[in-house]
Amino acid sequence: MGKALQVAALENGTAIDHIPTDAVFKVVTLLQLQRLGNRITIGNNLNSNKMGSKGLIKVSDKFFKEDEINRIALVAPNVNLNIIRNFEVVEKKKVVLPDEIIEIVKCNNPKCISNNEPMKTRFHVTDKEKVEIQCHYCEVKIKKEEIVLL
Amino acid sequence: MQPRSLVNIGDYDREDIYRILESATKFKENPDRSLLKGKVCATLFFEPSTRTRLSFETAVNRLRGRIIGFSDSATSSSTKGESLKDTIMMVSNYADLIIMRHHLEGSARYASEISPVPLINAGDGSNQHPTQTMLDLFTIYETQKTLENLTVTIVGDLKYGRAVHSLIQGLSYFNPTFNFVAPEELHIPDKYKLFCDDKNIPYREFTNFSAESINSADILYMTRVQKERFTDLMEYEKVKNIYVLHNEMLSKSKDNLKVLHPLPRVKEISQDVDENPKAYYFQQAKNGMYTRQAIICDLMGIDVT
Repeated sequence: MGKALQVAALENGTAIDHIPTDAVFKVVTLLQLQRLGNRITIGNNLNSNKMGSKGLIKVSDKFFKEDEINRIALVAPNVNLNIIRNFEVVEKKKVVLPDEIIEIVKCNNPKCISNNEPMKTRFHVTDKEKVEIQCHYCEVKIKKEEIVLL
Repeated sequence: MQPRSLVNIGDYDREDIYRILESATKFKENPDRSLLKGKVCATLFFEPSTRTRLSFETAVNRLRGRIIGFSDSATSSSTKGESLKDTIMMVSNYADLIIMRHHLEGSARYASEISPVPLINAGDGSNQHPTQTMLDLFTIYETQKTLENLTVTIVGDLKYGRAVHSLIQGLSYFNPTFNFVAPEELHIPDKYKLFCDDKNIPYREFTNFSAESINSADILYMTRVQKERFTDLMEYEKVKNIYVLHNEMLSKSKDNLKVLHPLPRVKEISQDVDENPKAYYFQQAKNGMYTRQAIICDLMGIDVT
């Protein structure tokens, strides 16, 4: 019973809710959660009234910076972020796709310089609704479903 | 501050285009001037392109500049595994301007952001070749005395043709009307139709190389229909002779019409057109030199008046 409580209640930290089930582990990677020593709970294929099934990640004593959290908008644009302090949700946040995405996505064009030179990839978000991005270098446009993470 | 470079035709706005065209007109009147005396220009051709390289190098030579560089990556240290960044950093120690052609797309944008000296993209894979567009615009301007309100018929491979896509972009400031003539497999991508719609540019699409598409035009821009672009070779056999311009097809065309082609030509313009005064593709190629002189001086901040 004690263990169950530990999982359910977060005293201080961030709960990332309504993650599409196929994106949970991508979110883990994007936020580099494997490097954290904090207490982390990862749930997947949980029941959801809104989505049917969903993923959920709770991280104790961690409050992400905007640019950190916006990285996940690429794979999970509709997640809710609950900031919890003293067992209370003190803030609810939506993730926002940034105008520019650096070093997260791989360009799909094998003839792009970014796939052939040791350099950071860089994309402009051309459509925030549909999640469409364009390579800053070779100008190829990439749709949401074609996005490959580095 | 980053030096000004020319990577994409979109780097130029309407005023930039007119400034370059006026300067190119001056170079056409007198291409032999000492404006680049004491300057060194590097031509880095990681991918061979004799036509483009000679045009650039002649442009520099006629302005008394010096040339360093290579014409094939086999003779550069990229074969030893040197990164593009290192090559650019090394060359910019010596040169006042870099002219680069590279087989990888986006290489020019990347190089321009690293380079402490101005850089001109002389073609990055199938992505951009802005000096081709500028010489096309200069030739249109020269022959029509304006860039405004022209009807431009573009024929051939409108799907993959880099020159075509950039020309549409470059002309978009000047209220053009387009006729797009192409086989089904090589028709103009939706992206460019949306671009035209967005800018209220009227266009018509033809799958036949019709008299209407020729006779309404001020400029007839021919391109090569390449066999290797077809997935269905039967389709290629069907269309390969349709998009060929013969002299008699120009009999009812406008007096001011000029036929352009980015070259090399294969069979899409029959030899009998060459004698017609409306054929202007060889002069167009020569205009490349004057246009490049104008672009080089502009990027280096050299006053040409």
